[in-house]
Amino acid sequence: MKPAAFDYARPDNLDEALALLADRGAGARICAGGQSLGAMMNMRLATPDILIDIAGLQELKAIAIMDGVLEVGAAVTQDELWRWPELADRQPLLAQMLPWIGHYQTRQRGTVCGSLAHADPSSELPLALALLAGDVVLRSQRGRRVVGAGDFQTGMMATAVAADEMIVAARFPLAQPGSTSAFHEVAQRHGDFAIVAVAAVGNENGVRLGVGGVADVPGVIDLTWPVADTTLNDFAWALGGADDQHATARYRRQLVRRIGKRVIEEVSDALS
Amino acid sequence: MRYLEAGKRHRVRFALNGRAVEGEAEPRLLLSDFLRQHLGAFGTHVGCEHGSCGACTVRLDGKAVRSCLLYAVQIDGKAVATVEGLAKPDGLNPLQAALRKHHGLQCGFCTPGILMSLSQLRDEEPNADEARIRDVLSGHICRCTGYHGIVQAALDVFGKD
Repeated sequence: MKPAAFDYARPDNLDEALALLADRGAGARICAGGQSLGAMMNMRLATPDILIDIAGLQELKAIAIMDGVLEVGAAVTQDELWRWPELADRQPLLAQMLPWIGHYQTRQRGTVCGSLAHADPSSELPLALALLAGDVVLRSQRGRRVVGAGDFQTGMMATAVAADEMIVAARFPLAQPGSTSAFHEVAQRHGDFAIVAVAAVGNENGVRLGVGGVADVPGVIDLTWPVADTTLNDFAWALGGADDQHATARYRRQLVRRIGKRVIEEVSDALS
Repeated sequence: MRYLEAGKRHRVRFALNGRAVEGEAEPRLLLSDFLRQHLGAFGTHVGCEHGSCGACTVRLDGKAVRSCLLYAVQIDGKAVATVEGLAKPDGLNPLQAALRKHHGLQCGFCTPGILMSLSQLRDEEPNADEARIRDVLSGHICRCTGYHGIVQAALDVFGKD
């Protein structure tokens, strides 16, 4: 449980980080909080030649609101976003989901963008990004591009980030007036990987439901009121979960139906 | 830019429980191993080594974090607090005393990590309620106590200000 040898670089600014990425490419990994990558490296599931530590880069530490979106820099920790005073007003779904990410101790190092880069199928932030239809801002020496949530996460722990690119920010659309949200998940221990996580955002016209932990990437569906139990059942089957060491596919479908119904009812109750 | 080559040892200077210390570490050396094997600070325990069990929790610049998910070279110039720094010459700190009083430990393996998490919580949220205390404790695995004594110990210390 010790990582393989690697070079360690702590660039002084983003340009230095991008130059290193361009030079070292596929052998390099960006490390912000290291709460997922560090564990992967200890288990030798990841063996980068060089670790580029961006945790100290001030230019990546901003939380800002611009053009209707909440932009979170790549060095912002999950705990820092949770403690941001405007979060519960501006994007309450994130305020609801952040306490479920890992633990108190890991949220103080782990970053919002790092969780998106890791792209674990059961993690909360990729689900939030998918449900809210957010974007990820990527930079490389070649330039800058903005990738939508649907195109960003390409599979289980796989993203559209190229070898010479890094995430510099994530963008979550702000909550719309008249909308409300709910979130719940089931895990073996609070803070462990979710067996099933369900988030919902709704308004008087309908509700958008997102499910993590079942398929390789978060599943999202738009529903209109009233939502029938059969609709949830069809969605649970359509997600196509598989048996693994944590739970059977059948149990996961049952959780999607039960938790799905619960969060939809919470949204509907809050609206009425 | 600071660039440290693999396979070579690099000077690391930091404050350990308020005292300036230094050592040498390869980039891949975990902070947990640096503390124990290079500095002889055995109070920090090592359990799962992938950030799940919480035994190795220390405070880095005040924040409770996993020392198995940090590299020694990352703490250069920073302040680390470990369980060795909690007790004062005149006795145990209140959290330690409460854990003893309420049988909040048995084998003691998880205890140093739990103390570092609760010490941050006490500094920042001295009136934390049971739900918040349990949330913080969820980042620690204890296989002896069933957590009841730990929670009771914390409740004895929190909310008294």
